[in-house]
Amino acid sequence: MIALLLRDLRLATRAGGGFGLGLVFFLIVVVLVPFGVGPETAVLSKIASGILWVAALLAALLSLDRIFALDHEDGALTLLATAPIPLEMVGVAKAIAHWLTTGLPLSIAAPILGVLLQLQSSAYVFVAMTLLLGTPALSMIGTFGAALTVGIRRGGLLLSLLVLPLYVPTLIFGAEAVRRGAQGLDATTPLLMLGGITAGSFALLPFATAAVLRINLR
Amino acid sequence: MIPDLGKYAAEVGLAYAVSLVLLAAIVGLSWRQSVIQRAALDAAEARKNG
Amino acid sequence: MSLWEYANPKRFMSWTAPVLPWAFGLAGLCLVTGLIWGFFFTPDDYRQGSTVKIIYLHVPSALMAINAWIMMLVASLIWLVRRHHVSALAAKAAAPVGITMTLIALMTGAIWGQPMWGTYWAWDPRLTSFLILFLFYLGYMALWAAIDDPDTAADLTSVLCMVGSVFALLSRYAVNFWNQGLHQGASLSLDKEENVADVFFQPLLLSIAGFVLLFFALVLLRTRTEIRSRRVRALQMRESRS
Repeated sequence: MIALLLRDLRLATRAGGGFGLGLVFFLIVVVLVPFGVGPETAVLSKIASGILWVAALLAALLSLDRIFALDHEDGALTLLATAPIPLEMVGVAKAIAHWLTTGLPLSIAAPILGVLLQLQSSAYVFVAMTLLLGTPALSMIGTFGAALTVGIRRGGLLLSLLVLPLYVPTLIFGAEAVRRGAQGLDATTPLLMLGGITAGSFALLPFATAAVLRINLR
Repeated sequence: MIPDLGKYAAEVGLAYAVSLVLLAAIVGLSWRQSVIQRAALDAAEARKNG
Repeated sequence: MSLWEYANPKRFMSWTAPVLPWAFGLAGLCLVTGLIWGFFFTPDDYRQGSTVKIIYLHVPSALMAINAWIMMLVASLIWLVRRHHVSALAAKAAAPVGITMTLIALMTGAIWGQPMWGTYWAWDPRLTSFLILFLFYLGYMALWAAIDDPDTAADLTSVLCMVGSVFALLSRYAVNFWNQGLHQGASLSLDKEENVADVFFQPLLLSIAGFVLLFFALVLLRTRTEIRSRRVRALQMRESRS
């Protein structure tokens, strides 16, 4: 499983692997938003945390279809299915690899890009913390979605249609925690819920992912 | 016969119109698909037997 | 002879054929009397005026929007556990009906909201939940449409329906947490003092019965269509082989 993880990381960071693309996308969205809503500092700082969350979510979505598609094309997925490690763990390894290449860099970049959006100084910690806590759930849910659509040609658009509704609870609790934290309110409940979603996703979704992969490889 | 709907007549009428149109649409669509599939099945059966 | 016998495609076709016209007839009867009773012969509410008449469409369609998803969940589970083809096809058949109900609930709600709350749309928990439910229906139907092999499609959509149900429930609580709403609480419960008055309640019950029956009839009709199309597909494949 570690070997698989390392292999995926190497593939993603190699040229053409798409690593960094998500980050650039994130940057561009954050730059575009002020053009859309106007440059007033008050407005921007009010919506900054929400924009960072939505942009991070979209950036994570961007690289989802790569999770299984390449392995499916060259037949590596069939080999993985017959490999001695359970398919559930393959799903987990893929999700972790996806998180390390998108979720983690996004969480680190978000507070830096927050400067552009006039993020309140009290919110920086919360943005980084909620993204660190929430993006693993996005990766795991996305891995499930990618497994679901792996057999479909040009399934990218379908993938986003399937995955985005599943992202709703994570987004709500993540953004809510930042909002409450920035205003100095008690943010324990949304933070706990966010952690709960991440833990729950990693506990349950690998089984759904493996089941769906088996169906697709039949 | 039409009851006096007061100042909200437009809203109530619109709600009923929208709902009935949507219901009619789903019934009509289901009906049309049913007819098409039945014809297709009859044709396929006829080819198989004939 | 067990209950499952009725799920055999051939048997299903034979017992549904006589039931279908009755189901449609009863559904039409309940709907027409319920709606006419509600529209013409009930008084206006002293606070909401005549907009209260929208309740005969809004509440039943909202109920059926949720029940349709629950029915799809049950049918998906039956398919995954017992592999009855009719069950998978019934789930597929219910989705377009469910999405129509969701759309009716959303649109009548918006039209009702304008005079009562002063806005067509508010990010109220119930409205938002229904919008999310609408998205789930869209995704489910899109996945059915995208896959060629019917058994694979049935398996994948069933898993999606199960995972989706969990996340839909989660969204419901998340949305509640996110925003307190304008919407009134449950208006149809048996133990509450603050309930809908009897004058409105009786036609409403009739209208709900009409929507339930219409849903049942439509699902039967659409399931029959799906069974036929599967048969056509099988015959075509046999032809192309020989």
